[in-house]
Parts: sequence; structure tokens; C-alpha cells
Amino acid sequence: MNLHKNHWLLFSVTFFVFVGLSLIIAIFPAMWVQDNSEPLPGAVPLTALEREGLGVYVAEGCVACHTQQVRPLEMDQAWGRPAAPGDYAYVTPLGVWAPYAPAVLGSERNGPDLTNVGARQASDVWQYIHLYNPRAVVPDSVMPAYPWLFDRVADAPPGKAVPVPAAFAPKDGSKVVPNARGEALVAYLLSLKQVSLTAAPAAEAAPAAATSAATEAPGTAPATEVPAAAPPAAAPEAPAAETPAAEAAAAEPSAAEVPAAEPSAAEPAAAEPVTQGAAAATTGSATTEAATTEAATAEAATTEAATTEAAQPAAPVEWDEALGESTFMASCAACHQATGQGIVGAFPPLVGNAVVGADDPAEHIATVLYGKPGGGVIDGVTYTSPMPPFAAQLSDEQIAAVINHERTSWGNSATLVTPDAVAAARKAGQ
Amino acid sequence: MAQTSPVLAVKRPLTVSKTSVEPVADSDKRWTSLIYSYAGAATFWLIWGTLVGLYLSYKFAAPDVDHISWLSYGRLRPVHTNTVFWGWSSLAMIAAALYVVPRTSMRRLWSYPLAWVAFWLINVSVLAGDVMLMAGINNAGQEYREYIWPVQLVFAVGVILVAYNLARTIADRGIEEIYISNWYIMAAFLWTIPLVVFAYIPFYQQNAISQTVIQGYYMHMGVGMWFTPFVLGLTYYVLPKLLNKPIYSYSLGVLAFWAQLIFYTMIGAHHFIFAPTPWWIQTVAIIFSVAMIITLAAGTGNFLLTMRGEGRTIARSYSLPFILAGVISYFLFSAQGSLEAIRSLQGIWHFTNYTVAHSHLTMYGFVVLLIWGALYGLLPRLTGHEPPAFWVGVHFWFAVVGLTLYSFALMIGGSVQGLSWMSGSPFIESVKAMASFWLWRAVGGTLMFLSHIIFAFNMWAMRPRAATSSAAAPAATEVAQ
Repeated sequence: MNLHKNHWLLFSVTFFVFVGLSLIIAIFPAMWVQDNSEPLPGAVPLTALEREGLGVYVAEGCVACHTQQVRPLEMDQAWGRPAAPGDYAYVTPLGVWAPYAPAVLGSERNGPDLTNVGARQASDVWQYIHLYNPRAVVPDSVMPAYPWLFDRVADAPPGKAVPVPAAFAPKDGSKVVPNARGEALVAYLLSLKQVSLTAAPAAEAAPAAATSAATEAPGTAPATEVPAAAPPAAAPEAPAAETPAAEAAAAEPSAAEVPAAEPSAAEPAAAEPVTQGAAAATTGSATTEAATTEAATAEAATTEAATTEAAQPAAPVEWDEALGESTFMASCAACHQATGQGIVGAFPPLVGNAVVGADDPAEHIATVLYGKPGGGVIDGVTYTSPMPPFAAQLSDEQIAAVINHERTSWGNSATLVTPDAVAAARKAGQ
Repeated sequence: MAQTSPVLAVKRPLTVSKTSVEPVADSDKRWTSLIYSYAGAATFWLIWGTLVGLYLSYKFAAPDVDHISWLSYGRLRPVHTNTVFWGWSSLAMIAAALYVVPRTSMRRLWSYPLAWVAFWLINVSVLAGDVMLMAGINNAGQEYREYIWPVQLVFAVGVILVAYNLARTIADRGIEEIYISNWYIMAAFLWTIPLVVFAYIPFYQQNAISQTVIQGYYMHMGVGMWFTPFVLGLTYYVLPKLLNKPIYSYSLGVLAFWAQLIFYTMIGAHHFIFAPTPWWIQTVAIIFSVAMIITLAAGTGNFLLTMRGEGRTIARSYSLPFILAGVISYFLFSAQGSLEAIRSLQGIWHFTNYTVAHSHLTMYGFVVLLIWGALYGLLPRLTGHEPPAFWVGVHFWFAVVGLTLYSFALMIGGSVQGLSWMSGSPFIESVKAMASFWLWRAVGGTLMFLSHIIFAFNMWAMRPRAATSSAAAPAATEVAQ
């Protein structure tokens, strides 16, 4: 019995030790994880079209440059709350030729994380233009163009043609219409929205109180009108906690052990009870600064509101310019562009825009809060692409700051708004 | 010091004259043509795979250079990685193993027909896999296993046939002990075959988190349990052979072998640190990543101590510089990998281009340089024809300088990317910041690709043909100036 002389012994030891270690470090953990990653209670499975889109996503190699994996790190807060195993329960194999769950977590971010892109860039028109040629809407993008996801036709059915800017449109004047694969891919991208770790299935609106300090509850629709939630730790009986998914999430150390994720979740809610509903509605698109400066802005706003009830305060409005700019860049610039010029024929300019320049900001606030579902006529130009609502994603402070940013940038100079005015508009409803 | 040496002379020439290898003792035409075919096919895949890689690097500067689906970034990226893994590196290593294993076993290769069947299976699978990737057919986007299972099955059968062939050759060996090279080379097969089988069994990869657990395991072992032990095994033969002295310590080699098996197998999860996979797997991976320093120190120490005092021999050889550079890369950049696994550093560098730099420093700086050292060291002994030493030198410097530019650009750029994300700037700022680094990467990549063209030319110069050593002698002493 000598490893140096008995080759079959040497080969067997080499082989079986490796197989044994593989079982311990990979195969058994994979089996365990698979059995303990129930879908989150609020999650909905992909539709047939969205699954087809996932197939396109994989076939085109989108996973090479885009992650769908938010780490429990401060720098990743821009993309959403930390990912939980249950987030991926519906990412399942696409067919017999690749009977494995698609590798959507990714390993590189040459492009942004797409975990929450459906909420962040909810406009299908934007997605189509961006896929047809990314540089049409993001001048510095290095993403490939995907013209093969579109047909070029002489006559497009009404509402089907993608309003590609002239510089990028076909030179022969033909119309650009998404083909089946293009439509599937966009349906899939728009389906990418983080669901709350604690939200109950659609019907029974559960309290949005976090079950643990680290489990932020972004994207909770304000429609549930959470009465100023109990302190995070005091909600042990939340129904969602009973489900296996929530248990897995709670037991999952990646969500619980890293302290970096905690302050942002707890702070705004605890610091300022008045804004609690809004803080709970803050989505992952809120940047780091947004989370930290929020409380301060809110405080300033409430003092102001105490003195004047009017939507337009007489005293000069103090607002957080950095928050305004960062929120604009994160939520608005994709369509309206960093220059505020919009995209001709697709997204209206904010420069010289009558609504943005109006003395009465009511319509401006309403547009940001509730969007324009059917597009509309703006300054004499008809836009078919819908403007998405931001009521569920942005806090009053963020909306006020972003409106003020728009009203004071690119040569615009209009009256400013306070978070209180936004809150009032929010309360008044659509 | 009576004799003037070009290395030590005050007035140094641009190049040092290189010594030529001794004539071939026993030439077996069947053997020569088999090995040269493997190496030749590998060279073809090197040119194709790195041409694709080079084109991709240009796309970062000119994303609208083409609008053809088959040439789009997302589809070509796996063509690049899979071609250089399975087409170039694997075939080239097998070519060298088909020389080393019979030599160290003092036997002829067990079966030539089997080796030829494997040759065609592997080449056909890489060709079919690449075409499918370009057509948009891939294996659920899983990195380094993008070939769908029917294609990978053909590849695996080829690899199993080679493994069986080599195992039978070793079993039939003419000496009592199994030389350390054959430990490593056979282990590469015995580890990679179950690895690929585990990676392609679907039933525990049915949602994206369980798939991720296997992905980390697979993508790491695919490199570390195949290329690493394989080239180390080759080097345990080639280095002592070229230096004409025994390896410094046989026991260190054995220690590094077992350390490789125990430590390396456990560290795959460090590719998904902070992912929602079980935290304990990630921690185990980090601990064993750090433990890999033992394996590294034992392995590289052994090689460097073997090379100690042989500076002049190395300078006067055209193949040993590749091996010296490869061994140094092995230590430096594997250690870099251990560092990257630590959570605080991983926080900055994960998802950035730093990772791309690391994978090239290891796969290219370590594995590929050692493969070239082995091919330049072994093929002339087989065919009786040496490559022009000057052009081997040009190949070496283009490859090394190119890789340095490539990887430093991406390491600095990757750090800038990570810091940009940490500062909370809009994402597009990190894309803008990368522009100049991506350009430098393309420059480095161009040099690397040129070095591959020169390598192909040198391969042509080493081809087996009738006229032997007489023609080779003058070429070997060729000196510029």
C-alpha cells in the first residue's frame, strides 16, 4: 500500500476525496438551499411572455454585464434591498437543452444591476428605444444595440412604432416595431421589481413593519395606509413571519449579519414619525445620501409647515439640492435626460415646459406623483409614451427636491415646493 | 570569467544568443504527428479565441462597430472564454501530457487510435459549441459552462478517453514509482471529470440560488482543478528536464498536491461573496482561500529553488523564461486571488473589471505562459526543428508587456469603478471613468494577440518534416544585430 507505487490506490484516493469534498461543499448545500428557498409571499411567478423574455435575456448574454444581486452593502442600496433566497424562487429552468435555473445573479457590472429595473425604468417606450440603440437615451452607454429584436416596416400599427430619435432611426424612413422576442424581453425587464420581504399576498395587506431590523420594506404601496408602524423590533406576530420564506430570509445571515444595511432601514422611520409612511415607501432607488439627508430635510419641512399651511410658502423654501439632483439622475434622467431636453418625439423636455414653469406647481406635483398613463399633449406636441407614477417609489422629500431641481435647472426659474405641499397633494389623491 | 558572456558583457546586444536543444534520441513518427496535431489545433483555437477577445475589447470603445447578432458582445464573450479554455489551453496541455506521461512512464502511449478519437471529439465539441453560442444557444448563461449539455458531453467523452489512455500508460509504466508529474496530470482528469458531471446534473440546480451554489463551485474548480494541477504537473517534468537537474524537493511537490486537493476544492463560493447563498459556505471559502498560501508557497518555492543559481541557463534558453515568468505569476496572482476573497476587499472589487484582470493574470500569466514554456521546450525535441529564437523572444515580450498593460489598466480601472459605486455617484459615471482604462486594455490585448500570431509562426517553424537538425542549428543561434 504505497501511493507512490500503487497507481490504482493513488487514483482512487485522489478521486474519492474530491468527490466527498464536493458533496459537502456544493452538492448537499445546493440541495438544501433549493428546498429552503420558497418564493416571497408577495412575489408573482413570471407569465409565459416574461419567461420567454428571460430566455431572450439569457440567449443574448445579458448576464455577462448585468447582475441581479443586491448585496447587503451600503454601496448596493442604490439597487434595492439586499437580495434574499426567495427572490429567485421563480427563476427556474427554461427547457430540456438547458435544464438549469438561468444564472441571473451574474458576476460583473459593466452595466447596472437589474434587480429592480422594472420599477426604476418602468416605461416600455424607454426600454424599446434603449434596446434599439442604448446611446439614443444614454449617450455614454457602452451597451450593444439590439436591432434584431425589432422589425423595420413601412407602416406600423398605431401605437406600435418605437419613437427612435432621428439620429438613430433607420435612414430610409421606415418605422421600428418590436418583434416577438423584443416584446418578450421588455416584458421580462419590466417584471423585474423587488417585492417586500414581509408583504402578504396581494389580497390581505399585511402591516409593513419589518420583521427584523435589516429587512427594509421598500415598494410598499402607500395605498395600504400603514398607521405609523410599530418600532421594527416590536412586530413579532407579523403573519408573513410564519411563512417558510420569511424564516429562510431571517435565518439567512447575509440579510441579518451585516450591519451596513441596518441604519438606512431603521433611521428615517425612527427619526421622524411624521414621515414614516413616506419612509416606508422609499424604494431602493433612493441613494445613500437620500437616506441620510432625508430626516434633516423632513425636519426643516415640518417646522415650515407649522408656520404656513399654504402650498406656496411666502418664506424662501430651503431644499436639499444634492438630493434633488441625485433623485433626478436616478429616477428621471433616463427619459428626460440629464440636460432636461428629453428625447424628441418620445419624452418631453423639461426646459421651457409649461407645467414645469407654471407658478402653480399643482400639476407638476400631480404629474410626478401619479404619472401620465396615456402620455398626453405637452406644449403642443403629442407624446404617446406613458409617464410612470412615482408616488410609491419616492418620498415627499424626494419628490419636492426633484421638482425643485427641475424648476431651478437648465435656465428654468419657477416657484419652489415643499415636501408638505407634496404630502398634501398625496393626501388629496389623484 | 575568462570567457565573455553576452549576459554579463558591458556592451549588451539587444538579444542574447540562445542555446539549442540536443538532437532527438528516438523519434516516433506516429507520436510526433499526434502531439503536433493537438498542439496545432490548440494554436488555431488560440488565434480564434483571442481574436474574438480582442474584438470584444474594441467594442468597449466602439459599441456600434457592428449590429450583427452573431457578433454581439453578450454572445461573443462566452465564445472567447470557452474557446481559450477548452480549445486552446486544454488541447495544448493534453498535447504536452501526451509527451510527458509516456516519457516519465518509460512506455509508449497506450493507444494511438483512442487519442485520435479524443482529438476529434474535443475539436468538434468546441466548434459546435462556439457556433451555437453565436447563434444564441447557451446553457442558461452559466459562466464557463455555456456549451449546452449535448456539446459538453462530446467534450467530456473526449477528455475521458484521454484520461483512460494516460492512466493505462501509467499503469503499464516501466519504473516502479509514479513520477510526481503524473500525480498532477492524472489528478487534473480525476477532479475535472466528476466536476463536469456534477455541474451538468440538473436536479439540484432548479432555482437560481441552488444554481448559484453549484456555479461558484464549478467556475472555480474549472480553473483550479483542471488548468492548475495540469500545468503544474507538466512543469514538474519540463523544468527539471530543461535545467538538466532534479526537482528541488519531491516531498514539497507531494505536500502541495494534497494541499491543492483539500484546500482548493472548498473555495468556489468566494465567487459569490455577499450573495444570498448560505453564509457558512462563503466563510469556509474565504478561510480555505487564505489557506491556499500554503499550497502556493510549497509549489512555487519548489520551482524557484530548483531554478536557483540557474540564471544564466534561463537567460540562454528560449523556453525557460516562459516558465520563470509563469511560476512567478502563479505565486503572485494566486495570492492576489486569496486576498480578493477577503470580504472587505471583495466589497470594492466584486463585479468590477478587477476580476477580469485577475482571471487574465492567472489564466494567461500563469497557465498559458507555462504551456508555452512546455511547448517550446518539448516540441523541438520531438520534431527536431527549433523555432527562431529571436521570434520566440518577441513572442515572450509582446505577451508579457501586453498582459501587464492589460491587467494594470483593469486593476486600476476596476478599483476606480468600485470606489465610484461606493461614493454613490450615478452608475454611468463608473462607465465614463472606465473609458480610458478600457482603451489601455485594448492596447495590451492587441500586443497579446500579436504575440499569438508570432507563436503560430513559431509553431509552423517547429513543424515535423523530413530535413532534421542540420537546418535547425543556424536558426537557433540567430541574433538580431
